[in-house]
Amino acid sequence: MHSNSSIYLFGTCVVDLFFPQAGISALKILEREGIQVSYPQAQSCCGQPAYTSGYLDDARRVALAQIAAFPGEAPIVVLSGSCAGMMKHHYPTLFSGMPEETSVLQFSARIIEFTAYLVEVLNIQLQDLGPAESVALHTSCTARREMGTLHTGRELLRRLKHIDLKIHDHESECCGFGGTFSVRHPDISAAMVQDKTAALRQCGASKVVSADCGCLLNITGALQKQQGEPDHKVPFAGLHIAELIWQRTRGEPL
Amino acid sequence: MATHPRRAAMKTETLHDFTSRSRAATADGEQRKKFRSAMDFLIGKRAAQFPDTAQWTALRESGQQIRQRALARLPDLLAQFEKKAQQNGMTVHWAETPQEANQIIHGILQQQQARTLIKGKSMVSEEIELNHYLQTHSIKALESDMGEFIVQLADEKPSHIIMPAIHKSKQEIATLFAAEIDDTAYTEDVDELIQIGRQALRRQFLNADAGLSGVNFAIAETGTLCLVENEGNGRLSTSVPRVHIAITGIEKMLENLADLPPLLTLLTRSATGQPITTYVNLISGPRRTDEQDGPEEVHIVLLDNGRSQAYADVQLRQTLQCIRCGACMNHCPVYTRIGGHAYGTTYPGPIGSIISPHLLGLEETRDLPSASTLCGACGDVCPVKIPIPELLLRLRVENVTRAGTKDHQEVMRGQGAKYRLSEKLAWQAWSLVNVKPALYLASRRSVTGLRHLIPSAKSWTQVRVMPKIAPQSLHELIKAHQEKKS
Ligand code: SF4
Repeated sequence: MHSNSSIYLFGTCVVDLFFPQAGISALKILEREGIQVSYPQAQSCCGQPAYTSGYLDDARRVALAQIAAFPGEAPIVVLSGSCAGMMKHHYPTLFSGMPEETSVLQFSARIIEFTAYLVEVLNIQLQDLGPAESVALHTSCTARREMGTLHTGRELLRRLKHIDLKIHDHESECCGFGGTFSVRHPDISAAMVQDKTAALRQCGASKVVSADCGCLLNITGALQKQQGEPDHKVPFAGLHIAELIWQRTRGEPL
Repeated sequence: MATHPRRAAMKTETLHDFTSRSRAATADGEQRKKFRSAMDFLIGKRAAQFPDTAQWTALRESGQQIRQRALARLPDLLAQFEKKAQQNGMTVHWAETPQEANQIIHGILQQQQARTLIKGKSMVSEEIELNHYLQTHSIKALESDMGEFIVQLADEKPSHIIMPAIHKSKQEIATLFAAEIDDTAYTEDVDELIQIGRQALRRQFLNADAGLSGVNFAIAETGTLCLVENEGNGRLSTSVPRVHIAITGIEKMLENLADLPPLLTLLTRSATGQPITTYVNLISGPRRTDEQDGPEEVHIVLLDNGRSQAYADVQLRQTLQCIRCGACMNHCPVYTRIGGHAYGTTYPGPIGSIISPHLLGLEETRDLPSASTLCGACGDVCPVKIPIPELLLRLRVENVTRAGTKDHQEVMRGQGAKYRLSEKLAWQAWSLVNVKPALYLASRRSVTGLRHLIPSAKSWTQVRVMPKIAPQSLHELIKAHQEKKS
């Protein structure tokens, strides 16, 4: 039923620069489902960093550039819950009462987060070829609250037969990234990510997946830093959920 | 009992030492553990009170609606309240600033020739630094709420609006009591500690010349003050002494008595996870001629202190819906890490970050709007649906916006407090890069796109490794993928 569907992929700037494998994995998963995927080269960032820093004009300028990069009516699948939240829920606020409002609303209505698209639109079935493994899921706070993608993320992991989904302590608590928060308040952010990684290590998982690469920058950055510490000899990986799905459904060694 | 002249120590620090205070707080491992378990306890207790999502949703809808309805008519309600309260025999005072409020209260006490004031818990009296003011006028203000009593003995300030001494362990309290209360031996037994505290407090009630309390809600229709508490000291401080002075922010008005029950339900459950508190006091005037007890005079001080500034803007007005339950603090991951003192303001945590800028100006509180990851936990639990993250965002805009520019709105004192030309230019450069595909692609390797996200490698790499830029971007990988396919 979806064989001829075409969609746009919005990679996000963090995926583009730091986790391109996540983007490629997502692309391949979607194409395998018979979806025609366009990736406009003109896309860059959703504008969230400027928006949450209070620089509305700069955020608007960047938002308009994204809107221009995705013409037509095709759905826009976004690889990060937090960026999807920005584009779906905050763009309308940003342009409220302005001449662009109507076209922005139309654009925002096309936004769908990646895991939600796989589960709710494609109802994707996954053949898990990987070995048994325990995995924890982290959703960004905005993804969880604005986009409701906690359950679609969990659902995808449940559809991978050999994955044991582990719930970590204080799962719903923020990892401390918060975009520029981690820069403006590094000590508080550090305390938060240390608690988050400790909870992840304690839950019995050997890796954490997320559909939010901002959080992943923070969490995997901390996990890697801890690698040398005496208590943390065992590596603990973090990756985008698209990458995990692609690896496991192709049976590639992990 | 010893008294402390050092009370104002925190005043001398500037409020925008938030960074150094939060650094010290996060470095204190013991304190962090204590806060974590205290907050987890409160989160659990609250959750148990709202097991049914539909019921919770309906209840907070009505809470929000009651508060918004009252605020929409605030000027009317204040006038109505004043009239009713006067008819009930109370004296109504208006104070625009903390200084005025202090002078009014001092004036009343002088008239009574009062030397001692016994206080039930009142965050507004903290807000105006009443104890300190009275001390400089040789009047002793004694806290009678157990938590307030403890922080007063320790010469500190409350660290939470509901549980002022939540930062203290029983060992610390044991040491404090042994040192500060006459004839007291060191004991870590909590029941005994409570008894020791109560005994000390009882002696004070009987001898106090006047009593002071806060107000949870003021009911315009009937001119009634509502006060909720668990320990009974609120009731004692409002009925034993000859004079009762109540102080409240002007926003605490409700239209009528029927508005009270839903809000009380939301307040106590959100705050401590209790379905109801031990005492709900409804005070509607001084002792009548046929009554056995109660004060002979009741005064109420209505304090503005920046609230009308918040009121003037429809979006920011939502801040005034607050019923001071503290749930937003309990659920805030930032508050949990740093505790209330790090904020340096009377009201800490998420509500503090949105109300303090009105009370103190954005200049003084410039770090607070950014002291949030915008995770949304506070907005989720707020029983009157204050969109706290949205208001934080709004204040961030005010913080970097100057008069005459597009997003500037004439509401706040100290707008543009965090305005820096260099930062503004940096964001302009950032937006330019993210608007022009060619620039975005070209700047990839220099990470211009993220330089402003991660300007200081040092702060990032204390606990994390620096992220590595992938050798090929997604833009490039997909291009190659598509070329291969076609
Ligand atoms: S802002 Fe909401 S959650 Fe926070 S104290 Fe006020 S009423 Fe309670």
